[in-house]
Amino acid sequence: MNRTTWDLWVGIFVAVGIAAMIGLAMKVGNLTSTHLGPTYRVYAYYNNIGGLKVRAPVKSSGVVVGRVADISFDNKKFEALVALDIDTRYQFPKDTIAAIFTSGLLGEQYVGLEAGGEEEMLKNGDKIEQTQGAVVLEKLISQFLYSKASESSTAPSAKSENKTVE
Amino acid sequence: MLEHLNTSLRGIGHRVIDRMWRLGVATRFFITALALSGESLRRFHLVIKEIYFTGVLSLIIILVSALFVGMVLGLQGYNTLQKYGSAEAVGVLVALSLVRELGPVVTALLFAGRAGTAITAEIGLMKATEQLSAMEMMAVNPIARVVAPRFWAGVISMPLLAALFSMMGVFGGYLVAVPLIGIDDGAFWSQMQANVDFHEDIVNGVIKSCVFGVACTIIALFEGYDAPPTAEGVSRATTRTVVNSSLAVLGLDFVLTSFMISP
Repeated sequence: MNRTTWDLWVGIFVAVGIAAMIGLAMKVGNLTSTHLGPTYRVYAYYNNIGGLKVRAPVKSSGVVVGRVADISFDNKKFEALVALDIDTRYQFPKDTIAAIFTSGLLGEQYVGLEAGGEEEMLKNGDKIEQTQGAVVLEKLISQFLYSKASESSTAPSAKSENKTVE
Repeated sequence: MLEHLNTSLRGIGHRVIDRMWRLGVATRFFITALALSGESLRRFHLVIKEIYFTGVLSLIIILVSALFVGMVLGLQGYNTLQKYGSAEAVGVLVALSLVRELGPVVTALLFAGRAGTAITAEIGLMKATEQLSAMEMMAVNPIARVVAPRFWAGVISMPLLAALFSMMGVFGGYLVAVPLIGIDDGAFWSQMQANVDFHEDIVNGVIKSCVFGVACTIIALFEGYDAPPTAEGVSRATTRTVVNSSLAVLGLDFVLTSFMISP
């Protein structure tokens, strides 16, 4: 097959185009950082998962150690069942606490693991017993408002009691 | 009065039926081009020659406009984001808007203007000078010999051009944000990498540009193939190529985005 200069230019074009795609994946996207090795799966029940999404990171001390694999609703316990895929390089004790945190004030939600002190480690298919659901901002605000309201309603009565004592 | 209404209604009906007719012919043309593309893929040097004309020669306009689009995005994004104290997020803004939307869409619009018009004019002139009829006389199917290689060249070129556009745009945004404004280099890239997802953003952008490549190229080819064989006919067909391609790209963009964004 005889070569032409077109072939050269098209070859360069295709090579640069594919390089741009790989560059987008590596430099711009998170293809490299999301890569996990072989994983094991553990489960956790939550009363409220807030805005947690599938593929959200699982962090321990701020380091990504896994990903949220699946979120479903358990219709017997009426709680959310979250499956976590954790890298096999990282082993956690059985009494690890899995809490849902928010990064920053309005950031994305992630599962934070806090290692316990037990000798035995979590295995594939295990259940994390100690969990803490997402903090719902509305609940916090309403609790705060209720406590303020009860304070202000008890305060005058306390004063009047004081007066009667005098 | 009634006579007037009658003729105007008849005119509208005639136009609608004519459009439907053209749409049907275009669909048949598309299917025929796909069915006859086996030969052009076997004689791949035909496709390579067309990739040179549609892809390689479009590089300069794509790269220069990408650089400026990225720089403008950097400036505008910084201007708004610094009010909220999150100027480092300008990298995320530039990368997401380029990879998701602007890369595929602006590339397709530029492609329609740069390569689509050339395809339409070339095929229209081939038809006007009866080269296509001459091919038929020699028992060469013009759709297999002329249309199919150009179609595949467009479909192959578009995703590569869009990827280059996005990459160059991100570089333009980087140029404005880091050396010019002075945002921290590490924060710029790490925020971008943390928030741009490979599957949801980059792969979807590539899928979009593939679809736009099919739409732009087939519209350009059909308008050229269907053009009346006169100077005026070819010029009108070229105009229609740009108008129809742009509308098709923007409409398809909405449809594809609504498919991709739904959780």
